[in-house]
Amino acid sequence: MNPSLRLQLTGVSKQYPAVRANDRVDLRVKAGEIHAVLGENGAGKSTLMKIIYGAVQPDEGEIRWNGQAVTIASPAQARRLGISMVYQHFSLFDTLTAAENVWLGLDKSLTLPEVVRRIVEVAHTYGLDIEPQRPVHTLSVGERQRVEIVRALLTDPQLLILDEPTSVLTPQAVDKLFVTLRLLAERGCSILYISHKLDEIRSLCQHCTVLRGGKVTGEVDPTRESNASLSRLMIGAEPPQLLHKASQAGAPVLAVQGLSLPRQDQFGVDLEDIAFDVRAGEIVGVAGVSGNGQQELLAALSGEDQRAAPGSITLFGKPIGDHSPRHRRKEGLYFVPEERLGRGAVPTLSLAQNTLLTRTAAVSRSGWVRTRQVAELAEHIIARFQVKAGGPDAAAKSLSGGNLQKFIVGREIDAAPTLLIVSQPTWGVDVGAAALIRGELLALRDAGCALLVVSEELDELFEISDRLIVIAQGRMSPSVPTAEATIERIGVWMSGLWNRESVHAQA
Amino acid sequence: MLRLEARPQPSQAMALVSPLIALVLTALMAAALFAALGKDPGRGLAVFFFEPLNGMRAVSEVLLKATPLITIALGLAVCYRSNVWNIGAEGQVLLGALAGGGVALWLTTQGIVLPKAVAVPLVLAGGVLGGMAWAAITALLRDRFNASEILVSLMLVYVAQQLVNFLVFGPWKDPAGFNFPQTKTFDASTWLPPLLSNTRLHVGIALALVVAAAMWVFMFRTYRGYQLQVGGLAPAAARYAGFSASASLWTALMISGGLAGLAGAMEVAGPLRQLTPHISTGLGFTAIIVCFVGRLHPLGIVLASVLLSMMLIGGELGQSRLGLPNALTGVFQGLLLILLLACDTLIHYRVRLARRIPA
Repeated sequence: MNPSLRLQLTGVSKQYPAVRANDRVDLRVKAGEIHAVLGENGAGKSTLMKIIYGAVQPDEGEIRWNGQAVTIASPAQARRLGISMVYQHFSLFDTLTAAENVWLGLDKSLTLPEVVRRIVEVAHTYGLDIEPQRPVHTLSVGERQRVEIVRALLTDPQLLILDEPTSVLTPQAVDKLFVTLRLLAERGCSILYISHKLDEIRSLCQHCTVLRGGKVTGEVDPTRESNASLSRLMIGAEPPQLLHKASQAGAPVLAVQGLSLPRQDQFGVDLEDIAFDVRAGEIVGVAGVSGNGQQELLAALSGEDQRAAPGSITLFGKPIGDHSPRHRRKEGLYFVPEERLGRGAVPTLSLAQNTLLTRTAAVSRSGWVRTRQVAELAEHIIARFQVKAGGPDAAAKSLSGGNLQKFIVGREIDAAPTLLIVSQPTWGVDVGAAALIRGELLALRDAGCALLVVSEELDELFEISDRLIVIAQGRMSPSVPTAEATIERIGVWMSGLWNRESVHAQA
Repeated sequence: MLRLEARPQPSQAMALVSPLIALVLTALMAAALFAALGKDPGRGLAVFFFEPLNGMRAVSEVLLKATPLITIALGLAVCYRSNVWNIGAEGQVLLGALAGGGVALWLTTQGIVLPKAVAVPLVLAGGVLGGMAWAAITALLRDRFNASEILVSLMLVYVAQQLVNFLVFGPWKDPAGFNFPQTKTFDASTWLPPLLSNTRLHVGIALALVVAAAMWVFMFRTYRGYQLQVGGLAPAAARYAGFSASASLWTALMISGGLAGLAGAMEVAGPLRQLTPHISTGLGFTAIIVCFVGRLHPLGIVLASVLLSMMLIGGELGQSRLGLPNALTGVFQGLLLILLLACDTLIHYRVRLARRIPA
């Protein structure tokens, strides 16, 4: 037992009905250390954090806090011990101000003006600029995250847990966050940093515990490791390299011109005068922080939202803005949505039945379903895209996220589209499946299909796109060839600042 | 503290056996109820579960009662699978009875005697249209104004009953009927042909079975049926696929309204042969239970209809032979549904005893 350890977990296990989420996990976090927990989706990171935060009880194992053996029975107790957590999905009330939200989360009996004063204090100390009086729904995602962090800091934590904090941030905002975190660590607060992004971990953290399949596969100093060696620990293999040849862009396939749509729900985003095009044989990547109009744009392109002026979206010059999704599919436009279960596939129906959502070759003209043909199509997709599944009769929900994504992407690619729109192609997908999906998208491009890929992972967009555009606050930037783009420039654009840049360029 | 924990893999076998377990549990609780009421439990159970099947005549009565239940529940199953919560089948039954009965009454009062092969289909078609029209009100309000179909369809049941009352107490009352609230007895040419001599069982049961087969084909072998199911299971997936939600709503309500109306017309052209204020004694509501006991599946619905009509007849026998209260039938129906839902929950979840955690 080491007294200088802030937190020590020994042999912690958690068994869920179907999986062993944590299997004899050891974790040692020193005081003032930024400690990374690295692992793929499903490696058991979230369960481990929930155990530390008291939201889940371990089946076995010991937790020591500042040298004392403790049982953390609830998040409230965790906070009393000095453990705070910032979740990946924020828990803020949109209609309240930042200060009111912070106030709600505090156990102590402070008045609102006192809370405001303390927020300003803490924000100033750590370089987190927030305006306490602004309602949360007017804040950007980065600002909301700062509110969450300030809320966590007001409890004077000795350990701060951050769950995938950068997935919603622009690269510049990530840099700012890192400055804050380093400052916090210098003042003695330990930080548990959960992520699957290798570059970030290598630049931020001094120590890294790697999880795979619920077990610890390594404890390393990430600054001395390469991406390849970390990746080996994380997935047991090096990530496959993609071959990205230059593209042969052909005639325009999709053209969007003057597309404006008012939001449909209160906290949505208005699309304003969107214009871009996608050509045959190229992949256009759409970068942007989530919640900046991606959902609204995709719904208008897919036909789930048919309010667009017909001429504002054209496919091969033909106006399709008011066509239904089925109608658009007949014209060659196929779409992979970001939600797999419930949108891209019906969870309780079989894979075979799920092919019928977008593939209707097995439906006769009079509306009969030829079940044999449906099953054959599912078998074909399973074989062609190496989907691990019980067969065409397996329910969609029985597949892992990566395999279901392979099936859904495969279903759309197999339709031989002329335009494929993909949202978050590899979200929550393991590295092997992600590489396969990206490879298939490139192969489809080389076969002459036009592709539009919307993703929050900048690395992914840089890897597969030929041109990049950025969406911010419902507006679309001009496009830039990927070869001429830099992460920094796209990051600035993600804050909506492309106009200023072009003015500078002219001046 | 008890906690429900999802089972990793729900048992297929238990899913099939669960209605039977629920039935056995219902019977056990029924026996306890009989004992509490001071009746012999063995005798009580016999009245509910054996007497209704004792002899050809008794069986024919069970099947007669099952006929409208099957017909209504098949339509409701389409609705529920599409996530359209039509619970006003009772009103659609009444309107079907009024429309079908209206046709029969008009033929009768005009003295028009058509061949059975023409008159009966006319009456039944009238019933289907009547039920559809009543369901169309619900569909329209939901489609146009996003009104809850649960409330609208339920409220329309009471409107329908008042409409029946108005007609049989008023314009349609038999002038030679000693002021009883009832219409003339329809002309024999409009009656449904009997299936067995010396019983009241009519060809409706055969029609109901044909509809059951047709519904199976519709739900599981046609693209329209598939679209309805997707709309019910995952509305976002239906939108993504491009299936029209409003088309699904209308299809589901037209099918269930039409079938409920058909059941109503079969009741008046079958055993009743005239319109009275008491056309349907809650058939449209019992059919909801039938639907779920039958797992929203056509075959299950046929079996569950027979079971529930046994309980209905058992309830009537219990009143006359044992002096049991009328409410008992309703209690048993409720018990059966609740126990079935409990059994289903336990298939998907297991109960865990959780330690109470000090805060």
